Amino acid sequence: MSTQVATGRFGQFGGQFVPETLMNALIALEKEFTIIGDDPQFQAEYLDYLKQYTGRPTPLYFAKNLTEQLGGARIYLKREDLNHTGAHKINNVVGQILLAKRMGKKRIIAETGAGQHGVATATVCAMFGLPCEVYMGEEDVRRQSLNVFRMELLGATVHTVSSGTCTLKDATNEAIRDWVANVDETFYVIGSVVGPHPYPTMVRDFQRIIGDEARRQILEAEGRLPDYLVACVGGGSNAMGLFYPFSQDYNVRFIGVEAAGHGIDTAQHAATITKGSVGVLHGMLTYLLQDKEGQILPVHSISAGLDYPGIGPEHAHYHETNRASYVSITDQEALGGFYKLCRIEGIIPALESAHALAYLEKLVPKTNADQLIILNLSGRGDKDVHTVADATGGVK
Amino acid sequence: MIRIQQSRIQQTFEKLTASHKKALITYVTAGDPSLAVTEQLVLAMEEGGADIIELGIPYSDPLADGPVIQRAAKRALQAGTKIDDIFALVANIRSKTQVPLVFLVYFNPVLQYGLQKFLTTCHHSGVDGLIIPDLPLEERSQLQEILTSTGYPIDLIPLVAPTSAQRVPALVAKGSGFVYCIAAMGVTGQREEFFLGLEEFVHGIKAHTATPVALGFGIGSPKAVHTLRDYADGLIVGSAIIQRIEDCITNKKTPEISRVVTDFVRELRVALDSF
Repeated sequence: MSTQVATGRFGQFGGQFVPETLMNALIALEKEFTIIGDDPQFQAEYLDYLKQYTGRPTPLYFAKNLTEQLGGARIYLKREDLNHTGAHKINNVVGQILLAKRMGKKRIIAETGAGQHGVATATVCAMFGLPCEVYMGEEDVRRQSLNVFRMELLGATVHTVSSGTCTLKDATNEAIRDWVANVDETFYVIGSVVGPHPYPTMVRDFQRIIGDEARRQILEAEGRLPDYLVACVGGGSNAMGLFYPFSQDYNVRFIGVEAAGHGIDTAQHAATITKGSVGVLHGMLTYLLQDKEGQILPVHSISAGLDYPGIGPEHAHYHETNRASYVSITDQEALGGFYKLCRIEGIIPALESAHALAYLEKLVPKTNADQLIILNLSGRGDKDVHTVADATGGVK
Repeated sequence: MIRIQQSRIQQTFEKLTASHKKALITYVTAGDPSLAVTEQLVLAMEEGGADIIELGIPYSDPLADGPVIQRAAKRALQAGTKIDDIFALVANIRSKTQVPLVFLVYFNPVLQYGLQKFLTTCHHSGVDGLIIPDLPLEERSQLQEILTSTGYPIDLIPLVAPTSAQRVPALVAKGSGFVYCIAAMGVTGQREEFFLGLEEFVHGIKAHTATPVALGFGIGSPKAVHTLRDYADGLIVGSAIIQRIEDCITNKKTPEISRVVTDFVRELRVALDSF
């Protein structure tokens, strides 16, 4: 799987479709990002924060009850929900903020969907004493109000975005507009493997710790590599973080689980690869949900973190080269996965991760007891309990 | 070798230079509030004294635009504006005037239409130039090559930002028509403050090209036009016009839009020409 940092393309996907105002900032970022890749001091500092501050390595937990109930492959959960702030997002934020400090940036901005990336950014900014402004769609502010409060507790300013569809796509537009206006002093911390080059590569490299650890841990536990990696995909950072270190292990199959919302044959889903076509959004050429005129379509998922009409360009490339397969899970199925993990493993998963869990119901019956699955439990579900209560008729 | 004829934009700048005048470039979003009104507005702006007219192609995610033009795009899309209808509008306008028309279009609609087909349709309907705010130099070679191979007299107008610095020579080398010089950091929209060192910025660009230079982003009043006119060969006014259109729509005075816009453009023209 070749990944060309030089041109910022993954096959045909990726690129830098941004206003001219940002080009020199991207060039400077790429240059600095290349330098830190070979800088042992930076890498040591990054890993030290991940260990001491976010609590890595996260466990690779053998889900015995889930395995027994589904009656197929042995299922391991990569417990990214146990990170400080409750999701994998902080891995990337630590890396980008260290880079921002190194570049002398005085102000941090971020977009957020579910709020996990916003909370992680606000958290790390609080620790480093950097002012932090987070853009969040009005719809997401409503359904993730707990995370808005968390960000404010941490000293961040949350800007409610009321343009377009009032979700992650529009929050990203607004963050880009802020960046264009304040590019000299501002560092834009993008939360997923999306956006213009070098972001998709950079975010992947700051998330690959998930897969690096999981690879080591499964070899320790089972003495061999897994047969399947399963992860939910919105922009795709938790999936890419898990997949990438296995990209040369061709016997390991990658499955990305998209949000099918009310169903992929309705107008209300976020299954970008399953139903989308190639286009340009947020600086990248990738698969998008769009109409024939190139207007981006409104998307829907019960999970705010998957509610995005695009996908990271490296995933688009994995899809086109058949390195990974992409499937979809509806809101209802995800709720089933959510409940099951709560009840039989005592873990409340994020609704995003619940999509991956729900796919096990379809995957595991096709496997046997000798096979191994690693599922990325990308976040914890405390933030989602209101949404789940609303969707299932209240707290029982 | 295909011989490329002079575009209407180039002819316009030549005529203006000969008469020691600056170009007034005005913007409206196509389809806001309807394509019929857009046609009236193009003619109204020409009547008011606009030399070149930009037509914004409404887009769902206009990330270089501020709130005023975002709302215009939203109104146009809600009215059901489609690209082929905009091309038909241009063809219709072309039967009435030879004023240069430039599309301000985000790249995704162009990509979905098909690059070759888009350029061909631009040429046949009478579009003279393209400004694509999210297609920087690094991504424009394919479109540039197709355009060159067709020989159509369509200008690919380069944008230069205050942050462009060492990129300026390469940016202006590839463009034609005029150089769109971004006068303020940020998105489109009227403002009081411009990028400090504007004069130096424009001189830095002119040192590398004979192509006329026009300033845009934030210029929204006769006063701003008067202040900035000496810096460049032309000035671009967009959001301030859209704001007047929006005010007419909000106040249910749609029939007055053309007159309001003609009057405003005339004020701008006077500020540009007066001593």
